[in-house]
Amino acid sequence: MLSSMEKSIAELRETFKNGGTKSISWRKSQLKALLQLINQNEDSIFKALDQDLGKSPVESYRDEVGVLKKSVTYTLSCLEKWVAPKKAEVPLLFFPAKAEVMPQPLGVVLIFSSWNFPFTLALDPLIGAISAGNTVLLKPSDLAPACMSFLVETIPKYLDNKAVKVLAGGADIGERLLQLKWDKIFFTGSPRVGRLVMAAAAKHLTPVTLELGGKSPAIVDTLSTTPSKAKVTAKRIVGGKWGPCTGQACIAIDYVLVEEKLASTLIELLKKTIKRFYGENIKSLKNISRIVNKHQFQRLVNLLKDPNVADSIVYGGSVDEEKLVIEPTILLDPPLDSEIMSEEIFGPLLPIITLKNIEESIDFINSKSNPLVIYAFTEDDTFKKRILSETSSGTVTFNDSMVQYRYSI
Amino acid sequence: MTSEVENKPVFCTESAKELVKELRASFATGKTKSYEWRLTQLNAMVKMMEEKEPQIVAALHDDLSKPELESSIYEIAMLKNSCRLAVKNMKHWMMPEKAKTSLVTFPSSAEIVSEPLGVVLVISTWNYPFLLSLDPIVGAIAAGNAIVLKPSEIAPATSLLLARLVAEYLDSSCIKVVEGAVPETAALLEQKWDKILYTGNGRVARIVMAAAAKHLTPVVMELGGKCPVIVDSDINLQVATRRIIAGKWGCNNGQACISPDYIITMKDYAQKLIDSFKYELERFYGKNPLESKDLSRIVNSNHFARLSKLLDEDKVSSKIVHGGERDKENLKITPTILLDVPRDSLIMNEEIFGPLLPVFLVDKVEDSFDVINSGTKPLAAYLFTNKKKLKEKFVATVSAGGLVINDTTVHLAEPTLPFGGVGDSGMGAYHGKFSFDAFSHKKAVLYRGFACDAFVRYPPYTRGKLGLLRALFDGSILGIIRALLGWSKA
Repeated sequence: MLSSMEKSIAELRETFKNGGTKSISWRKSQLKALLQLINQNEDSIFKALDQDLGKSPVESYRDEVGVLKKSVTYTLSCLEKWVAPKKAEVPLLFFPAKAEVMPQPLGVVLIFSSWNFPFTLALDPLIGAISAGNTVLLKPSDLAPACMSFLVETIPKYLDNKAVKVLAGGADIGERLLQLKWDKIFFTGSPRVGRLVMAAAAKHLTPVTLELGGKSPAIVDTLSTTPSKAKVTAKRIVGGKWGPCTGQACIAIDYVLVEEKLASTLIELLKKTIKRFYGENIKSLKNISRIVNKHQFQRLVNLLKDPNVADSIVYGGSVDEEKLVIEPTILLDPPLDSEIMSEEIFGPLLPIITLKNIEESIDFINSKSNPLVIYAFTEDDTFKKRILSETSSGTVTFNDSMVQYRYSI
Repeated sequence: MTSEVENKPVFCTESAKELVKELRASFATGKTKSYEWRLTQLNAMVKMMEEKEPQIVAALHDDLSKPELESSIYEIAMLKNSCRLAVKNMKHWMMPEKAKTSLVTFPSSAEIVSEPLGVVLVISTWNYPFLLSLDPIVGAIAAGNAIVLKPSEIAPATSLLLARLVAEYLDSSCIKVVEGAVPETAALLEQKWDKILYTGNGRVARIVMAAAAKHLTPVVMELGGKCPVIVDSDINLQVATRRIIAGKWGCNNGQACISPDYIITMKDYAQKLIDSFKYELERFYGKNPLESKDLSRIVNSNHFARLSKLLDEDKVSSKIVHGGERDKENLKITPTILLDVPRDSLIMNEEIFGPLLPVFLVDKVEDSFDVINSGTKPLAAYLFTNKKKLKEKFVATVSAGGLVINDTTVHLAEPTLPFGGVGDSGMGAYHGKFSFDAFSHKKAVLYRGFACDAFVRYPPYTRGKLGLLRALFDGSILGIIRALLGWSKA
């Protein structure tokens, strides 16, 4: 296994060295082929996502297929501009010199993708790597095995096998890959594994992009406006928690911050919305993904084991171990030092933390490590400015959830 | 142990921890984020240089025998320009950048907000100890961070001066200097930083990045490599020779990350090139370069020994065609040229970082690209030619941090160009706005309202919704209409 892996990588190096991936026409042909792959295999993609995660076609289209199609189309339309050298000004001292900044491919790139959006998180970085003119080894997550098999079988049918390779396998394959020298590593996953990836990259001075996670809070300050805005707020919170892979998403809402006096209003609205979207109880649950595997299921169930946490459940809490389903669950003020409030939840449990004054949410968020996203439902411009300048996060989205990802192109 | 050594406080892990704690508290007050604070610090830095230039020049002379002109221009003037550029542009750099939005999330608006990363560590080096300590700090200040600087102990006079000047001119509650060597650096590296900018060599860079990995700290690594100079035959030989000399011996006597490391030229042209070098070198440095005041010395005996070893290797020592004289006591080696060194010699495989210039021969100039690409990617690569096609091939084929055609090293002075390496020569870049960006987090911000809530996002998931989503993603108004009317494929 080791030698065939090394052979593959040697081939990727050779292809890059021979200039096979540098031309714009090659890059465009690969991107178009990727678009064809997606268009011609939609049903198989939907099937694999349903098999691995119980995703419905609408969720799969919204979060994976649609996003990818848009990404490829956008990249194709901008590629020539991105590849072109950019002129830089030169001071008089050096007249008549000219200067420019020229993008060049890094070389052979390793992409590790995650299991929760197994297509988007594998193919979106691939789009970037190809458009920049690199050769690529893609290592999808084996925790979404049907999707991984699909990628292993289908990518070679559409893309240039000498330049883009897919390797199946688990953590042991990942470890072996990390021993080798790459020109860039792109990793999506947990901070724990992120550290291992960066430490391995350090041995070869390989630059890395790490897409990790955190506890992304939703600050809710719009319940005392109009009833319709309150309803939309509730829909967007529910959609932003249980919509993406039943909360197993880096940008899913992890927990909510709301003023004490509005907590019960919020909980009522959320309950109504959950029932409308997903069904009345665990037996009639629909339109929602399941937990990816037993290990994650057990981890989530354990978060609820602490009696003080279990006591704070105000909705849901039922689990079905056989089907790997956990009902959308709301908790009101679980202890702040409990694991559910210190670890990234990555599942369908939503703690609501109450504050005397919504402005306290800033200090609350700052007492934890920087989240990937802060969602803030507020129409108070001063508060918006404070959130922007006094907190630090990957992104801030006002009055919605999730959509910034679809936008991030 | 003498009592003087015992009295000096030891900077250990505890001290480093306390230091970071203090700076985090300072950063949390929001002080460094204000435009006024950033402006005050940068203006104070300019004032420092205006008032203390003689002391800076003296320290650089102590540490490196650096000629006054090199100190004044390549260290002080460069840094002043860097400060002035930041002062002039900072307000603009700090402004959020509007970002386009599309039909998928209509109606909304978006922007990218630059925010400081927090508490950053700058580890500097010995060859341009003043510039390479403070230039990254200009960026870190402009971006609104709190900062620790660890200057190199191999340039001790400059390190001491930096500690004093930073304390005197800048805000010590937010910008600190930690002097020391390996133990102090190790103590600093155990802490969690929000960014580390390291300038130095690949061996230590790996240690820095491994330490950063424990805390998921992003890094900029400014390293080095063997910067080749390809010399074609149909050029203005005099100008080319002078520019190569200026980039090699005129930059800290070859002890610079972007100094020309070695030359590649055609067998037929080599003698002419070497004759030109001999002529110009004598004009620049006189008949007895060991006595020239216009050349830095070798920084210390370790590096002197290292360079001597490169010259003494069997297959290389006979290739010296110019120079080669050494003065061990005063740490001087004269500008030395070697002709036709073997590809597998030490001098052709290690970064030289000194006044030795090997000339490697090829049959035709196009063969140089393979020579360069057979090694690791350098920080810079240079080409002297008038041939348009050769220039184009050079730019397309050679991967290096930066390329210069018909000159050497000057791209460093151009703040609109990112200065940094690739592969073994480094990652990330700085100078000009790139410094501001290196020390900023670019925060994506999306503003949405409550109107037009797209029901297609929410369950229950129906075939109709799937059709409408498709149309929305395609951005096709017609498609949307058809989907709404129930005509499209779900």
